[in-house]
Amino acid sequence: MKSAVVLLPGLNRDRDMIAALTKISGTAPLTVWQTETDIPDVDLIVIPGGFSYGDYLRCGAIAARMPVMRAVAEKARKGVKVLGVCNGFQILLEAGLLPGALMRNTSLKFVCREVKLEVSNTDTAFTRNYRPGQIIRCPVAHHDGNYFADAETLARIEGERQVAFRYAEGTNPNGSINDIAGIVSREGNVLGLMPHPENLIEAAHGGADGRPIFESVLGIAA
Amino acid sequence: MIRARITVTLKNGVLDPQGKAIEGALGALGFEGVGSVRQGKVFDVEIQSSDRVKAEADLKAMCEKLLANTVIENYSIAII
Repeated sequence: MKSAVVLLPGLNRDRDMIAALTKISGTAPLTVWQTETDIPDVDLIVIPGGFSYGDYLRCGAIAARMPVMRAVAEKARKGVKVLGVCNGFQILLEAGLLPGALMRNTSLKFVCREVKLEVSNTDTAFTRNYRPGQIIRCPVAHHDGNYFADAETLARIEGERQVAFRYAEGTNPNGSINDIAGIVSREGNVLGLMPHPENLIEAAHGGADGRPIFESVLGIAA
Repeated sequence: MIRARITVTLKNGVLDPQGKAIEGALGALGFEGVGSVRQGKVFDVEIQSSDRVKAEADLKAMCEKLLANTVIENYSIAII
């Protein structure tokens, strides 16, 4: 399985993501700069976390309008898997590849801690290596992770089982509606989530609860 | 030249934690009777053209494509 990591100015989790993909897949991902209008043939495109364009205007808003995102959207339409983590999730929402929006945490504070996540749907390309309802640990680090969608959109994504991860055991760090931590597209090939699974993939991280996301989507048996 | 002021505000029903914090701070300053505060954004845009019809269409497109996130925000455009 080949993967690519999108690079934009202000991202800062790109090296963590590249390291995780390299360790798990055995092959270093390609990197694609924001001005690229074409992305090579890969099975997975990842938009990592950080603060693209300094969070100016809205988190992810400027990045979502860069040329590379048109290429990402085109690949997503063709069924290529796309994963956005943290700022990458914000960018996917701003680009219209996922429904809803991410707003300032209700606490108004930047949160950097570990939370618990419930795997709400194991019937997706990104979660099939988890057990249904499994509770995992995962770190979060963000200021704008408060997921919001209007009532009609929310009913639709819940009805279509697009919620992949929910904050569990009272650990919702940001006020997200319905405890939503990550959602997939209706077609199931695009996942965006606020927590950082790339930072919990091996013993040196203190656990590997994030690893199955990558193993699921890269087609590696658990 | 055409000058426009675009105002972007959160839609009704969208929680505004920053507005709530400002509301609390106004109360702490002793201002009584502040029912609610909603925070928004203002963009002053200059367009090098005298074609008002085209400018208005462009400004609307700017709001739809970038300046507002219409999932959570409304916008209004005033030529000034």
